[in-house]
Amino acid sequence: MEAIRTDKLTKSYGKARGIIDLELTVEEGEFFGFIGPNGAGKSTTIRTLLGLLSPTSGAASVFGMDIVREKEGILRRVGYLPSEAFFYPKMRVRDLLKFSADLRKTDCSAEAARLCERLQLDTERKIDELSFGNRKKAAIVCALQSKPDLLILDEPTGGLDPLMQREFFDILQERNREGSTIFFSSHVLSEVQRNCTRAAVIRQGKIIACDSVSGLAKAHAKRVTIHGSVDLSRLPDIKDKQTGSGSVSFLYNGSMPDLLRCLSSGQITDLTVAEPDLEEVFLHFYEEEDAK
Amino acid sequence: MTILKHEFRQGRTAFWIWTGVISVMLSVCVFLYTEVRGEMDAVTNLFSSFGSFTAAFGMDRLNFGTLEGFYAIECGSMLGIGGAFYAAITAVNMLSKEESNKTADFLLTHPVSRRRILSEKLLAIFVQLTLMNLIILGMSLLSIIVIGEPVPWKSLLLLHFAYYLLQLEISGICYGISAFVRRGSVGIGLGIAVLLYFVNLISNLSESASVLKFFTPFAYCDGADIITTGSLDGPKIAIGAGACLAGILAAWFHYDKKDIT
Repeated sequence: MEAIRTDKLTKSYGKARGIIDLELTVEEGEFFGFIGPNGAGKSTTIRTLLGLLSPTSGAASVFGMDIVREKEGILRRVGYLPSEAFFYPKMRVRDLLKFSADLRKTDCSAEAARLCERLQLDTERKIDELSFGNRKKAAIVCALQSKPDLLILDEPTGGLDPLMQREFFDILQERNREGSTIFFSSHVLSEVQRNCTRAAVIRQGKIIACDSVSGLAKAHAKRVTIHGSVDLSRLPDIKDKQTGSGSVSFLYNGSMPDLLRCLSSGQITDLTVAEPDLEEVFLHFYEEEDAK
Repeated sequence: MTILKHEFRQGRTAFWIWTGVISVMLSVCVFLYTEVRGEMDAVTNLFSSFGSFTAAFGMDRLNFGTLEGFYAIECGSMLGIGGAFYAAITAVNMLSKEESNKTADFLLTHPVSRRRILSEKLLAIFVQLTLMNLIILGMSLLSIIVIGEPVPWKSLLLLHFAYYLLQLEISGICYGISAFVRRGSVGIGLGIAVLLYFVNLISNLSESASVLKFFTPFAYCDGADIITTGSLDGPKIAIGAGACLAGILAAWFHYDKKDIT
């Protein structure tokens, strides 16, 4: 079954661009990455799925439930971690966690205690005494304590130190192995590359690629590094050309025979053809889009 | 009723401050009555010579020399203004605070329908106003008993009930506004309370402005009217109930579909 499905989902409001004809499918049990720069529409997508925003047109469903008509049913099965977590400042963390559990009509105290211990979160502290990172931890516990079937995480690692980030992803991997679907937006590509099985890239409100993470990294480009001299002017599909002392490196997205012909015409002393990392692919996609 | 309880906890400091201040002010006024009772005839004569300004405060028809008259003017003003401010601030903040404090994301991503949130928050306002009025009434009665005056039951209960209705009306209107605004709501709430108060003062100044009485709940709280007629002004209260309901319905239909950005 699909955990998330959007069908030409569009949301436009105010000055914000919103999202346009978004087509996205996340299968149950996936660890799905949602990549895009700030303002690309990641949060708008998430907020529309959660019912905080009403779609302008199109449709979407979560576990087969319509996002407009069956909000409550969806929210019962979803844990949400916002990019910036804000809570009632005078509340203690333990009261906040209890309030969240009460709103879900469940007793999550055992799981909350386990999570707080792993994340080293002091539940006696008041919210307004918490640092940004600790507030984030409180938000993580709120999102995870009810063991939801789908976790929607909006840029979740901001504010967490590297050790906590690792602990957090360990918890997410455990949850994923237990069957939870994880939908995770980020502009930190290494996080997506390390953790996700599939990912979609969103830019200016539109999905411009959606594939397995390895597919996204492989499909579109190679990082070619040449030592020696060669005339690259006849190669049309070069991106991100960097010239060093006696070497040149570029992303290549064109035909392999053309590349080989071009290289064989020059004086090459060394050659490396590597898979670019997702960071480079990501930039490459956007450059491509900008050029259009 | 999780949200209702949550609102009580969130609002308890403000509740006790406003309830405490209004109760104490009313009690102080009642105690002052024993001090000034003897001089009140002169005061009444003095105030009655200010023409339309005397009428604006209803002092042309009330006798300062009786506890009833003194209470309606002195305590009435405090209960009226204090209660109106508290009702306005509480209600106008009730929905908008979730957005201005950015807690709406937290609250609205739990499996609770928006209409459930609207109902429990509205109930939280009404229950707090009811409790506040009961406590204030109790304190007033206690003060009157302590100074050894006979309690003017009918006038006192009618007066307090009218102010309770005024608070409900203002809270309903402000609740409607709360669904539409994201920030700066306290200023709007207080502005409305002050405006309605002054509209009433102006409507008392001259006959030609008396039509304004239908646009402010302070008109049906006029102590002089209530004490002299021994009843409340039904038509004005019905208009007020309509305004209150309109505010609640506006919130009900708007907030359910509102984009939380």
